Amino acid sequence: MNLASGFWKLAGEVGFAVQLFFAAVMRLTHIPKRRVAIAEQLYGAGNKVLHVVFLVAFVMGMVISLQTGIVLAQYGQQDQIGIVVAVTMAREMGPFITAIILAATVASAIAAEIGTMAVSDELAALEVLSVDRISYLIMPRVLAIAIMAPLLTIFADSVGIVGGAFVARSQLGVSPALYFDSAIDSLQTPAQLIALPKDVYGGLLKSVVFGVTIAVIACASGLRARGGALGVGNATRGAVRDSIIAIIILNYFITWLFYQA
Amino acid sequence: MSLPDLKMGSVALPEGVCIRFENVRKAFGKKVVLDGLDLDIRRGEALVLMGPSGTGKSVTLRHAIGLMQCDSGKVIVEGHDMSKIASDDLFALRRHMGYLFQEGALINWLSVAENVALPLVENTDMSRSEIDERVREKLDLVHLPQVWDELPGEISGGMKKRVGLARALITEPQIIMYDEPNAGLDPEISSSINTLMHEVSETLGITSIIITHLVSCVRAVADRVIMLDKGKVIADMPPDEFLSTDLPRVQRFLGTDPD
Repeated sequence: MNLASGFWKLAGEVGFAVQLFFAAVMRLTHIPKRRVAIAEQLYGAGNKVLHVVFLVAFVMGMVISLQTGIVLAQYGQQDQIGIVVAVTMAREMGPFITAIILAATVASAIAAEIGTMAVSDELAALEVLSVDRISYLIMPRVLAIAIMAPLLTIFADSVGIVGGAFVARSQLGVSPALYFDSAIDSLQTPAQLIALPKDVYGGLLKSVVFGVTIAVIACASGLRARGGALGVGNATRGAVRDSIIAIIILNYFITWLFYQA
Repeated sequence: MSLPDLKMGSVALPEGVCIRFENVRKAFGKKVVLDGLDLDIRRGEALVLMGPSGTGKSVTLRHAIGLMQCDSGKVIVEGHDMSKIASDDLFALRRHMGYLFQEGALINWLSVAENVALPLVENTDMSRSEIDERVREKLDLVHLPQVWDELPGEISGGMKKRVGLARALITEPQIIMYDEPNAGLDPEISSSINTLMHEVSETLGITSIIITHLVSCVRAVADRVIMLDKGKVIADMPPDEFLSTDLPRVQRFLGTDPD
């Protein structure tokens, strides 16, 4: 595949995903009719990843605490470790690890599920039965992950900060009271537009964008699946790969928008 | 709100014809599947489409229900030109058409009853009890009243097809299409599917279009048989005539070639 055809293929895939996103947004008026499907997707997304988010965020908080704590201790500043862990988790690591976990678990599941429907004529059947596929399949998934991603991010932030406290206490000699006081103080910087600390709501906004991106890419990959089990496998792999790439790129731009612009 | 009456399109069709293919051409890359297909399907008839694999039988059905668009030519269904039909009209038209997919294409997380009820739940304001009554009636019609709560993964291939047929019939369509309804079934189940299609065609007076490779299905169901080869109609005749024809290509396909 040459560069030009690769570019047009990518443009086609991005265009399809953007079109799918707007089509799902247009179906938000169908929320009352789809409330059961949305609740099922919310439960599915949360239930599948909660334990993974707990484990990864806890260990990530410990690692951040240890890595930065060692450096801070060289300057006698280990008392500040609560600030570093809290800000790092809220701004960056909470939304990012939650998104990566969602991409690896929920995105792959959605792409496989919809991809299997595509190759087994179930999507064609929905079309023949005059069932709106966007309203029936896509909108509930996108909305559920857009809601679940920030909730999981708050959980990840909290667990990560607690993980950091363990290391601060056991290896850096920082008391939990001091650690949590400084952590909470560091997250008090108010935002200009929203009555939430900037680091918290910046991270949550990131997580909403990541969640929507993951869901739309996964649904788009599933809908485009062709050719039996091989096609479903390709759709699943593509959904995870493309979601992670999109998260990394979007992460830079949202960070820039919040802290540099 | 019940299902709306069928709104006829503005393209004129000869008396009694509900679907017309006019010089339809369809290619996938370099492979030409339909090559100038001309075919009229009359209201109320049971038409069997036969032909070797890859000659465009399923593609023909998919054009008739708007799942595919032809490269050139015209597909007209109940007066609607399928290449120009508005999406609302297509949705409305499909509510009067049924389609049985090869594997049934049941939604795998819905129970049998929920699968059958789906078109009514999605497209009407009928009450739950009215829908349940209609579902029960259709499951009785396909002789499957006992699988109400089963999931598609818990029933056999033949049952899936019968549930797919019940779902296709739930909106009481005027046209129904069957894509290889006998494929992969043992002779006994296959025979019961043939009987079922015959009952649907005879008792409900629905236009039936059936893709099959089986002579037994032709004998049991067909009013008329079409054979496609290389994307064109090469035989169009009543079933008895078709099964005893001396056209070499048909004889070769049926395995009745004296050579």
